[in-house]
Amino acid sequence: MSPAATLAAAATTGPGFLSPTGVEIAFVLVGLATLGAALVTVTTKQLVHAALWLVVALGGIAVEYLLLTAEFIAWVQVLIYLGSVVVLLLFGLMLTKAPIGRSPDADSGNRWIALGVAVVAAASLVWVVVDAFRTTWIDLDGPVQGSTKVSGEILFQHWVLPFEALSVLLLAALIGAIVLSRRNDPADASDKGQR
Amino acid sequence: MNDVLDVALRLIVVFAVFLVLPLVVGQTEHKVMAHMQGRLGPMYAGGFHGWAQLVADGVKFAQKEDIVPAGADRRIFQLAPAVALLPYLLVLLAIPIGPGEGAVGQVIDAGLFFVLAVMGVGVLGSLMAGWASANKFSLLGGLRTAAQLLAYELPMLLAAASVAMAAGTVSLPGIVEAFAWWWLPWQIVGALVFFTAGLAELQRPPFDMPVADSEIIFGAYTEYTGLRFALFLLAEYAGIVVLCFLTTVLFLGGWHGPFGAHDIGWVWTLLKTAILAFVVIWLRVSYPRLREDQLQKLAWTTLIPLALAQIALTGIVKVAIQ
Repeated sequence: MSPAATLAAAATTGPGFLSPTGVEIAFVLVGLATLGAALVTVTTKQLVHAALWLVVALGGIAVEYLLLTAEFIAWVQVLIYLGSVVVLLLFGLMLTKAPIGRSPDADSGNRWIALGVAVVAAASLVWVVVDAFRTTWIDLDGPVQGSTKVSGEILFQHWVLPFEALSVLLLAALIGAIVLSRRNDPADASDKGQR
Repeated sequence: MNDVLDVALRLIVVFAVFLVLPLVVGQTEHKVMAHMQGRLGPMYAGGFHGWAQLVADGVKFAQKEDIVPAGADRRIFQLAPAVALLPYLLVLLAIPIGPGEGAVGQVIDAGLFFVLAVMGVGVLGSLMAGWASANKFSLLGGLRTAAQLLAYELPMLLAAASVAMAAGTVSLPGIVEAFAWWWLPWQIVGALVFFTAGLAELQRPPFDMPVADSEIIFGAYTEYTGLRFALFLLAEYAGIVVLCFLTTVLFLGGWHGPFGAHDIGWVWTLLKTAILAFVVIWLRVSYPRLREDQLQKLAWTTLIPLALAQIALTGIVKVAIQ
């Protein structure tokens, strides 16, 4: 885009859809790649490939966060999802059943219902996001809006109650997992000794 | 145009560091191990002190045939070494070796999160290699790698969080900027936990259960030959460099030294890193391998409580001095 066109766009209505900037084009392209990876994740017949395509999809979302200047959220996304959740997923797959090649039985009779639920969920999410941020534009030249400092201040000033409620929920899940994995039945004591 | 030149120059320098330092660590390991264990092999090639051993190794790896097992998942098998190696290159971009903008590849606001997040991705390479090799020993190695990462990621993050609390920032240059000498006794427990957990994440001895050669040949890398195997080895040495840099920057004050912090700061950083790298090699030749259950027990019952205690101590001191 030439400087003159930039000036003209800025002079009329600010940012518009007809003169996309480089960042906007990159955002759309990464979004398409993420969507493609997500589709392959749910349609591939190779279980471990599905997990690895999930890595691509989650990484694409991290790049989108970066392009939206939410740097902190992006790295947390990489840390939690790519570094931990996917590793846990692959660990579980390897422990149970991870054949090389296609698994013909990796299919579900509920695929059409699942598709319906996915479409409805996606539609409602897209509608909510579009409705909430309809006229908001990020000023890329100004101060970073998603830095650690800003995120921390917002999280611990405006959203501290949901944050604490979530941590209580996670604690409950943690204790539940410990209770479930403990065996108090004396008959199992010998079995436990062998592990 | 100047900006482009600047970025290009920084990338080239970081890439050069990425290529040189791991090889230096590798050569040092040859020599230090040879001296400590009385090994004659690495002292022979090339004449004086076996200086050409690393070159000979490189030539050997380049000559070997690149084999993909018939039953393997071809593409993932071939992709795995790159996934294991590249994260360390990215991490090096964010590590400051001296004060000011000129001594860091790229200043990242949430630098601490960036380095820990990207380092965690590297383990995906080992998992992919272990699964795609179609070999039961590889699969066992991959499983052990995953279990080890899950156990040691938590204490590492907690220890790093303690430093971030002390400094009041998660930017790596910011943390070194805030460093004072009394942080050393204050954060010593965190430093030990961080270094130990980092060693375990790199699968260095005594935490090398995932590649235990007496049980599972070479774990996830059993089926690899030639350059792809060399890339995995390079990833291990790059990991040592990154871990030592990080420990230096987070816990040992980076470019701060007894004198000349702002003129020869990068010398202090490199010196501390080199000493830590020597300790890594030293630990390899002095400690026997931990068994799998001992590994898990060390992480969950020793390192995590220690890291939590360090966080509590950091919080108390932080509140007290304000």
